[in-house]
Amino acid sequence: MSEMETCRWSFCEKPPVETIETDLLLVGGGMACTGAAVEAAAWAKATGLKVTLVDKAALDRSGAVAMGLSAINTYIGPENKVADYVKMVRTDLMGIIREDLVYSLGAHVDQSVQDFEDWGLPIWKKDAEGHTVDGQTAKDEGIPRLMDGGKCVRSGRWQCMINGESYKVIVAEAAKNAIGMENIYERVFIVKLLTDKNNSNRVCGAVGFSVREHKAYVFKCKAMIIACGGVVNVFRPRSVGEGQGRAWYPVWNAGSTYAMPAEIGAKMVLMENRFVPARFKDGYGPVGAWFLFFKAVATNCYGEDYMAKNWERVKKEYPGYADNPGTCLRNHAAMIEMREGRGPIMMQTQEAMARLAETLSKKELKHLEAEAWEDFLDMSISAASLWASYNMEPDKVPSEIIPSEPYLLGSHAGCAGLWVSGPSKNYMGAPDKWFWGYDRMTTVEGLFTAGDGVGASGHKFSSGSHVEGRMAAKAALAFILDHKNDKLEAAQNIDDVIGQIYLPYEIFEKYKNYTSAPDINPNYLRPRQIQSRLQKLMDEYVAGCSTMYMTNKPSLLEGLKRLTLLKEDAMKVAASDLHELMRAWEQYHRILAGEAHLRHILFREESRYPGYYYRSDFLAIDDSKWKVFTISQYDKNTNEWKFETEPYKELVK
Amino acid sequence: MPSYVIVEKCDGCKALDKTACQYICPNDLMILDHQSMKAFNQEPDQCWECYNCVKICPQQAIEVRHYADIMPLGSSTYPMRGTDSIMWTIKFRDQKTVKRFKFPIRTTAEGSIDCFKGKTLPSDVAALKQPGLYTGPARKE
Repeated sequence: MSEMETCRWSFCEKPPVETIETDLLLVGGGMACTGAAVEAAAWAKATGLKVTLVDKAALDRSGAVAMGLSAINTYIGPENKVADYVKMVRTDLMGIIREDLVYSLGAHVDQSVQDFEDWGLPIWKKDAEGHTVDGQTAKDEGIPRLMDGGKCVRSGRWQCMINGESYKVIVAEAAKNAIGMENIYERVFIVKLLTDKNNSNRVCGAVGFSVREHKAYVFKCKAMIIACGGVVNVFRPRSVGEGQGRAWYPVWNAGSTYAMPAEIGAKMVLMENRFVPARFKDGYGPVGAWFLFFKAVATNCYGEDYMAKNWERVKKEYPGYADNPGTCLRNHAAMIEMREGRGPIMMQTQEAMARLAETLSKKELKHLEAEAWEDFLDMSISAASLWASYNMEPDKVPSEIIPSEPYLLGSHAGCAGLWVSGPSKNYMGAPDKWFWGYDRMTTVEGLFTAGDGVGASGHKFSSGSHVEGRMAAKAALAFILDHKNDKLEAAQNIDDVIGQIYLPYEIFEKYKNYTSAPDINPNYLRPRQIQSRLQKLMDEYVAGCSTMYMTNKPSLLEGLKRLTLLKEDAMKVAASDLHELMRAWEQYHRILAGEAHLRHILFREESRYPGYYYRSDFLAIDDSKWKVFTISQYDKNTNEWKFETEPYKELVK
Repeated sequence: MPSYVIVEKCDGCKALDKTACQYICPNDLMILDHQSMKAFNQEPDQCWECYNCVKICPQQAIEVRHYADIMPLGSSTYPMRGTDSIMWTIKFRDQKTVKRFKFPIRTTAEGSIDCFKGKTLPSDVAALKQPGLYTGPARKE
């Protein structure tokens, strides 16, 4: 393997550089960073600190809520206890969560939901006769808002139904108006973080480039919140043609939240965890409302309810973990049917609608039909189109559901992410070492995260990610005030970093005329080709769909061998324009996140999350050895990974 | 294709300060061809079909031909997004079944959000390390 090339600007033009000095830098523009922006702005007068947000897309429609949502999945409400929320999260994530993080989030999350309604998000309510009305009607009829004691329409215990087409537009508008557009940089993609010359474990900036013009950006900051989503398309998806864009989670989530902190030594936790959503096949329409709100039953191809059929078996296989059916074990029950040849799995929507029709008036039924379609139109429009393209009406025929390709994330029914400090010393009896000064700070000083970034604490969803951004913002501001006199200077040579970022440009320009077809050239790979190779090896060796989520040590080691060579080849990525330059670095971030995932699965010698993945060489859940947080740390200079474990501790009885 | 641009309708947003679809696409897919002054989707297999380009296009020049590897031709799903509601028209492949739905999208005027209106902003920085947010204290149970 030849040495990595350096960019000498011989073939591509050096971009002008804009440097921005700020106090708190928010990297990402989704729910977490828009929450952070609002909270930080509220404290701006008291702290006198400046906040800057940088987003690779446009704030109105960036992040996981870009298309909208049909429900807010975390609203505790006065009728629930935060402790019960923690218990639900613990059960769903197979017993290993940071309860200090989950509890503190639960104690704050309702404030964000109430704000959303105040800002204009329509939240469904019940009218005087007990009928469901949409958020606009509720307002027109004077039904009390949540903050005034009003009650939302629950689909499940923790969920509120909304008219959420403009959810992100509303949340973005609040953030924009709070910190001002002059402090928001859209279409700037951050690639690398900077550390302090005198303290390599201290973040002090970030470097990226404009996706719109030939211009590099350097942000210098005192503290940073990095929250740019989870990892999508690191595995070969079930659709490999055009349909690979229809990922369940946003296709632009490239693992940047994990890769950039990992590169400067931030510790990661439970990166073996993943989420495999069972969704309406191909369109990825949500199933939550169908299960919880419409009370539909899912069956194998012979009409048998796979949960009822398999649950005694699941209880025997995973004793103590199947008393409440968590998400991965529900998947597991469906996968039993698929493996034994009784697929496809069908959601019996028509039966559910028929049952509801028995008690509803014609008008109510019409309303119900609209609700079923809105559930898709608000958040996965293609799923509605799928019905239309096959002439399917959900009140007449069932629809197929299927477990998807794996996703890495920390905000939904998954808990991969960074290892962060708890909210305060001995919070609810947490061990001393779970707190190192600042809520949601990673193990790198000054580097905070939220949403998908915080590991070991899932089930935040949109509202929880927003509020976690707010909590992290407060702690980050406190950190800055405590470190006012620190003189920070980047350890990295900024020109070298910019040269590295634009290297894919230089490589393309240098070699493109060597062959007659730009895609086939022995001197480089294009981002798309790197992505295909990563997806293939992750799928085949790291428990993707093609092995029905099964792997073992020899497979993982083979996968690691291939991934290591891919990582080397990624140094020879070529980009012909700014769009492709973004793709080049997105793939690099995906590779690092994928490597963390692979190595964590290799490290944990048990099958903690059956239905998400299985280690065929360790099929059981082994609490005697593995009721622990697995923590990893990457050393970029030596290219080595270190692992340690930290015992789980129950804080909520 | 996923989202596609109808040549006859697209005017490249000539009269606006930026090309609307290019501005909004979360995945940087919509791009303006400066020669033809028509926008196009440069990476159709990375399209989430989020419809944000469809909703924002001032000429209604953008529609969606759904993923070729998944969906039969002939149906259409089209939104008309206003300031307070959205109207969806869904036409089935059979060309006979048509569904129309209207849903509210926000209950306040666009641009009107002021998160600090009526709120007392915090003045004590010591509270940064305490539970609670600027909107109120943390729940205690």
